[in-house]
Amino acid sequence: MNQPVLLAGGINVFKYAAPQTFYPLAGKMIPWFGWIAAAFCAAGLYVGFFVAPTDHQQGESYRIIFIHVPAAWMSMFIYVVMAFWAGVGLIFNTRLSHMMVSALVPTGAMFTFVALWTGALWGKPTWGTWWAWDARMTSELILLFLYFGFMALQAGIDDARRADRAGAVLALVGVVNIPIIYFSVKWWNTLHQGASVSLTSAPTMATTMLTGMLLMALAAWMYTIAAALHRVRSIILEREHGATWINEYAETKA
Amino acid sequence: MVALLRAVIRRDLLLAWRRRADIATVVLFFVIVVSLFPLGVGPEPNLLRTIAPGIIWVAALLACMLSLQQMFASDHSDGALDQMLLAAAPLGMIVIARAFAHWLISGLPLVILSPVLAIQFDLAPELSPVLTLSLLLGTPILTLTGAIGAALTLGLRGGGMLLALLVLPLYVPVLILGAGAVDAASAGLGADAHLLLLAAQLVVTATFAPWAIAAALRISAE
Repeated sequence: MNQPVLLAGGINVFKYAAPQTFYPLAGKMIPWFGWIAAAFCAAGLYVGFFVAPTDHQQGESYRIIFIHVPAAWMSMFIYVVMAFWAGVGLIFNTRLSHMMVSALVPTGAMFTFVALWTGALWGKPTWGTWWAWDARMTSELILLFLYFGFMALQAGIDDARRADRAGAVLALVGVVNIPIIYFSVKWWNTLHQGASVSLTSAPTMATTMLTGMLLMALAAWMYTIAAALHRVRSIILEREHGATWINEYAETKA
Repeated sequence: MVALLRAVIRRDLLLAWRRRADIATVVLFFVIVVSLFPLGVGPEPNLLRTIAPGIIWVAALLACMLSLQQMFASDHSDGALDQMLLAAAPLGMIVIARAFAHWLISGLPLVILSPVLAIQFDLAPELSPVLTLSLLLGTPILTLTGAIGAALTLGLRGGGMLLALLVLPLYVPVLILGAGAVDAASAGLGADAHLLLLAAQLVVTATFAPWAIAAALRISAE
């Protein structure tokens, strides 16, 4: 990119597509996103535990929703973001996009696991079972398998460039398949069990509950950005350990 | 283009014919896995009748997946794959021909055998054709989707287990629709909806998977 084309507020955005310029920028951004995440999390938990009313059907146990729903949203959203960066990486052949994909995956898998785990904990007191082959739960489980598959593929390839590109193809194939999997699981489920407990028919939510949930969702977003930036910095260091800019950077910081 | 397709298919079939034991392995694996289930869950005919479509489909899934490891492996090791990547003909076309040949070798025998296995499970005679049809529509999807995974894991250590991890989650819709077709037919709902969805998925997969396979092959062969 010799000629800067895209200018945002006088800053050449493409400049930050290079690992050596992105590395210090990410370092500056991590504390911001980290603290914002902590603030949103504290506010969300406060609203969730002290402000939001007790549910008249589920009692206090419903409060796990403030962790469960944001985690479930994030688990799906991160896969889409991953696929986006994978596509960018394949099309423009940018190293940083691929690194971003690898940095996002563990967080996505973590949120998927948290969503499943909290779902089981929530299901036991309300539905009376840890696990049901409900459409959402099943597709969330398969999403977890997709994350694990991605991580296993990247771990299995020694050559970083091949790992990046193979992972990108897998992420894109996965993102095309996720809606198909979701709908097939939904149809399968409706055929097998007629009357199951449905979240969609639950009574409409109190505003404070929704506020708490949205605050926690924002916290999850900010946490994801901070964690991904932190991880991408480690990946940059790992991949570029022979590059001169890293030594120079270490000297200026020292 | 037709000549190319024919040449590639002919080559793959010839290679498979020279190694007939490999085809037999896949078919035997399929039969053995299916036969293990009654031993595990008991010979109760009603239970077996209910779980037959699911078992046959899961066994077909596993058999397809196991056969996929060989799809590009020997060509990769002897350099034939590099020639295919360098060929003037579009890689996507070669890949389609190869996937079709692979399905003839490893998918079609399962489809042909399925009525026999259905008898083993005492499946109602009118359900047997539905099962066979669902396998006929579904196994090409398994081959095409699985070929993406096979191309991505080409030449990696632990490739077989890795392939399972990558491919099996993507097989979920095929399994649901395939086994669901038989279930729906046995419940008197008619299998049309499931079979049509399976056919739609086959069309979509056959359209897009060759590109993904070609891209994956280029990445792996770099």
